[in-house]
Amino acid sequence: MRFGVAAAGSSPTEYVSHHLEHLTIGEGLWTFHVDTLFFSIVLGAGMVFVFWLAARRATAENPGKFQNFVEMLVDFIDNSVRESFHGPRQFVAPLAMTIFVWVLLWNVMDLVPVDYLPLLANAVFGLEYLRVVPSADVNAPFALSLSVLALIIIYSVKGKGIGGYGKELLFHPFGSNVFLWPANIVLNVVELIAKPVSLAMRLFGNLYAAELIFILIAMLPWWLQFIPGGAWAIFHILVVPLQAFIFMTLTIVYLSLAYEEH
Amino acid sequence: MDLSLGTLIGQAGTFLVLVLVTMKYVWPPLTEAMEQRRQKIAEGLAQSDKAEKRLEKAEAEAEQIIRDARARSGEIIDQASKRGNEIVEQAKQEAIAERDRQVSAAEADIKLAVNQARETLRERMAELTIAGAERVIEQELDADRHRKLLDKLAAEL
Repeated sequence: MRFGVAAAGSSPTEYVSHHLEHLTIGEGLWTFHVDTLFFSIVLGAGMVFVFWLAARRATAENPGKFQNFVEMLVDFIDNSVRESFHGPRQFVAPLAMTIFVWVLLWNVMDLVPVDYLPLLANAVFGLEYLRVVPSADVNAPFALSLSVLALIIIYSVKGKGIGGYGKELLFHPFGSNVFLWPANIVLNVVELIAKPVSLAMRLFGNLYAAELIFILIAMLPWWLQFIPGGAWAIFHILVVPLQAFIFMTLTIVYLSLAYEEH
Repeated sequence: MDLSLGTLIGQAGTFLVLVLVTMKYVWPPLTEAMEQRRQKIAEGLAQSDKAEKRLEKAEAEAEQIIRDARARSGEIIDQASKRGNEIVEQAKQEAIAERDRQVSAAEADIKLAVNQARETLRERMAELTIAGAERVIEQELDADRHRKLLDKLAAEL
């Protein structure tokens, strides 16, 4: 018994590929994945709004339960940042908090049963396709990791100066001999590119695979689904914060590597 | 993997906005409140330390004052009892003096009365003697002539 948006009686292949199709506007490179954008913006706006509610009424004397909860998070992230990043934290710490909570919320969307929101969207708005997990859309993790790449370059220049950063690109790791410059720069560029790629692919790979498995579980008979579905969901509760935490921690580490002389 | 430049840029823009909002409106008030609380707690602890020390000092002072007062009260009691003894002693002396004075006055009175009585007695004796002698001698003796002799006799009695 399946109520996929795809017509009843469609083959398993059709069901799966239908679930992996984005709701899009536009053509070619300028395609917009409306579902990814919508869910990530709603989640991000909700996150910022909730934090703003806590921050607006933040008092030193008598913090409420809600403020305590947010402060716990702030404290946890501030400590994580302080441990590895030794520069000024007024940008890096909020950055880390945004990344952690936003990615966490993206990943949590994976725990919503795979057919619920697409069915709802189809019934209410007549939408053909809908994917609700932004981190399972390769563009969302890449947008984040490319922003981090930009920050890595900005922080390298900030920490070492343009000359210092240029020297590091040219002279490291083999030496400052002119003939070694090409080898140095190729290696450094590869290293630089590898950071956002690994950052994005780790998150995307985990969540995409998880989503796929949820979709496959959804094709089992309804009375059997809760066994593998429950087990996978419980395991996923571990993956959801872990991937968010890894993304945040690696971002901090990359920025501290960029900022500090070595 | 369907790359979409639009989604990529849209996501990056959203990310930038979220980070900026967090940095401007979320992070500073919260960390400020936490820092303030930390300072307040530290201040409170320092204050309580100070208060404890002050209490100790006040207690020591109070003890000292009590000890002084006790010593002073002992002194006062000693003085008072000494003064009391003095007063009693003085009153005793006065009483003795008064008694002596009254006794001697009484003695003087008694002496006076005795003398008077003796005088009266002597006179009466002289008269009686004379009367007796007159009776014995029967008018032969001149009373006026022998008065001097008889008086002398009476004074010798």
